[in-house]
Amino acid sequence: MTAAIALSSPHAHDHSSVQRIMLHVCLALTPATVFAFILFGLPSILVFTLTVGSAIVWESLCLKLMAKPQSMLMDGSAILTGWLLALSLPPWAPWWICVGGGFVALVIGKHLYGGIGQNVFNPAMLARVALLISFPLPMTTWVTPLPSFFDIDFAQAFTIVFSGQSIPDALTGATALGHLKTELSTGAAANTILPQDFSPMAALIGNTTGSLGETSALLLLLGGIWLLVMRIISWHIPVTMLGSAFVLSTVFHWIDPSRYGFGLFHILSGGMMLGAFFIATDLVTSPTSQSGKIVFGTGCGALDFVIRTWGGFPEGIGFAVLFMNALTPLIDIYFKPRVYGRRHDGNPKRYPENPS
Amino acid sequence: MWFSAFRGGVHPDSFKELSSELPIKTIPLANELQVSLRQHAGSEAVPIVKVGDRVLKGQLIAKAGDGLSAPVHAPTSGTVASIQPATAAHASGMKNTVVVITVDGQDEPAPSIAMMDPFTVDRQTLAATIAQAGIVGMGGAAFPAAVKLSSATKHHIETLIINGGECEPYLTADDRLMRERADTVISGARLIQYVVDAKRVAVAIEDNKPEAIAAMEAAASGFADVDIKPVPTRYPMGSAKQMIQVVTGKEVPAGGRSSDVGVLMHNAATAYAIARAIYKGEPLISRIVTVSGAAIKTPQNIEAPIGTPIAHLIQHCGGTSEPPARIILGGPMMGMIMPNTDVTLNKGAAGVLALTSKEFSQPSESACIRCARCVDACPMGLVPLEMANHARAQDFDGADDFGLKDCILCGSCAYVCPSHIPLVHYFQYAKGEQSLRKASNRRSDYTRDLAEAKRLRKEREAEAKAAAKAAKAAKRKKAATNKAKRSVAESES
Repeated sequence: MTAAIALSSPHAHDHSSVQRIMLHVCLALTPATVFAFILFGLPSILVFTLTVGSAIVWESLCLKLMAKPQSMLMDGSAILTGWLLALSLPPWAPWWICVGGGFVALVIGKHLYGGIGQNVFNPAMLARVALLISFPLPMTTWVTPLPSFFDIDFAQAFTIVFSGQSIPDALTGATALGHLKTELSTGAAANTILPQDFSPMAALIGNTTGSLGETSALLLLLGGIWLLVMRIISWHIPVTMLGSAFVLSTVFHWIDPSRYGFGLFHILSGGMMLGAFFIATDLVTSPTSQSGKIVFGTGCGALDFVIRTWGGFPEGIGFAVLFMNALTPLIDIYFKPRVYGRRHDGNPKRYPENPS
Repeated sequence: MWFSAFRGGVHPDSFKELSSELPIKTIPLANELQVSLRQHAGSEAVPIVKVGDRVLKGQLIAKAGDGLSAPVHAPTSGTVASIQPATAAHASGMKNTVVVITVDGQDEPAPSIAMMDPFTVDRQTLAATIAQAGIVGMGGAAFPAAVKLSSATKHHIETLIINGGECEPYLTADDRLMRERADTVISGARLIQYVVDAKRVAVAIEDNKPEAIAAMEAAASGFADVDIKPVPTRYPMGSAKQMIQVVTGKEVPAGGRSSDVGVLMHNAATAYAIARAIYKGEPLISRIVTVSGAAIKTPQNIEAPIGTPIAHLIQHCGGTSEPPARIILGGPMMGMIMPNTDVTLNKGAAGVLALTSKEFSQPSESACIRCARCVDACPMGLVPLEMANHARAQDFDGADDFGLKDCILCGSCAYVCPSHIPLVHYFQYAKGEQSLRKASNRRSDYTRDLAEAKRLRKEREAEAKAAAKAAKAAKRKKAATNKAKRSVAESES
């Protein structure tokens, strides 16, 4: 193979690498992650470390089983998968959720499909959805932000994550989306609940109840914009995903404000921001053409709104992304770029004034 | 001024500053020139000199071969030392015939005929003169220029585009040519315009060459129908299809030619060579080449005779500062890696690059992560990752579905691939396999046609035989009847 590589042009490269891409995404996630650590204290750091650590161990094991070089760990993809999974877990999740989630993501979600680049579904979302369906209680026990990072010492953190005891009710709360869903089911009106319970400013800053990655919409947005500037991702998926969710929710809110949350509520709460910039944009599982990405992003945003509004779960990012992942191969076939010198149908262009 | 842009493309580091401010210089002749007889697209030229013959500078040493081909001339005076196969300036390390000339150092020219007023000469004669001068496209493809001209005369050509894009990194040969010899380039362009009867001439130059643009504007100022068009700097601007789109707003139809959109394109260096051939009677025996790359001590733009060994060029650039990791003929994006420095300069080579491993850094290939950077970079709107996947699986028709047929091998995709997949290598392989398959289909079609013809012939023969037999039988019968009649008659009589 080396000889073959040496024979082909180009003899220049932009010095990009898979490792560098993964590193950039991790860096973009860092501010929001650190902010979440501050909100949820030492147990959340433990959850994060366990999840990322187990992802690396599962990846390493799979590489060994498949007789692939351990150096492939260095591409950083396992760290990123673990990181995204950790961000989608409850901040004080028990240890076995972290390790089990890592197993589902890396072993089932990635390596059973053939390893990096071959998986159909976003591994982190596959793991999150598998855990949510299998273990709904620990996956929906949300701790409210701590008054101070130092409220929980290391010994307490260790007990919380490893003991298997449930978190005292006094420390838990509902997410904004979960709260709305519960209240609506009791017959309350959205336009009376939301103004009391939801502040766009709080959601933007992120001092809210939710998973690690559902905190600061602003920091996630900044990280996402940085990825756009660095050209790691393109605007197509985030803009169309946020756009379609915003437009749909705005339209429904306009039709019946008592039953539907407004646009800003939908794009600032839950995993929407994380999903739009970091999860739906997963390179492996999203379409390759720009038109395909627009279809994909629009689908993710619309489906998430549909699941949040009419589905059984308060949040549907994971389901929406997985559903669109399944459509990606089809989207890739029907949404290809137009080829130079050809019409959209693939036939050669004709210029009547220059008969050949 | 409005330009339509082409999609995709990349912005590689230019490295042009290494040589762009250095005037074109000449170097002492090499002791021996190896003039390849296949420096052009098409068949090898046929030598008309023998070992031991003395040849003069510009003398015809090989006439054009059958079909698509171009003649070859002696770049300087000397003696034919041998005519032998040698390593071609091609990545395959394939051999082709070279005429080895021992240089006598006198540089004695052969008699030549210069035209004083070519615009009074008829177009076909001019085209023939250009053909006899062995001029080929000097931008890299080396397609015989005269063939392009004579096919263009059969079409309506609205715009003649002179390609001064020079979008490959490192290369500054055309830049220097346009800065220093703008008048000759413009006269060449006007000659081509006359031959193909083009309405207007557009000289397209990337806007990273402001001095060349200024010089060419000054040279073209007297001609109302010659425009200098600065075009954005973006690789592969110098590719014919992309440049035609930028200059005219039209796309060459898939499977078609530039003339389908009323365009003929020639490289600036080709226009220069045409002017020299007509006004000076000098065939294409030398060219300007950029010798550069991080391993070259003092990069230069050198005007050197065709057939000069690359080693000689490098030696006159101060040699190498470290052993080069790769020797490239052409530019880094589409140029070919040379097996060694014995390879000699040919008509299509605008650059000789000695690159260090830092310049192209090529770690081993890793798995595709579907990042789609190749899709965004492709100037043709193809899906390189899928083409490579299908090519790797030997599914060449599948690769065609994702655009293999339309691929121009520009290398933009491989340039941006974070997994360092040698995409162009896969495409070259797949294209090769596809053309082999087509050839074998043609062969089997031919064999089937032959078999069918044979069957028909056999049938016809059998019919003819049967008919002859029947005729014979009828004749015999007739004879017998006659005989019988006769005997009856006899007996009756």
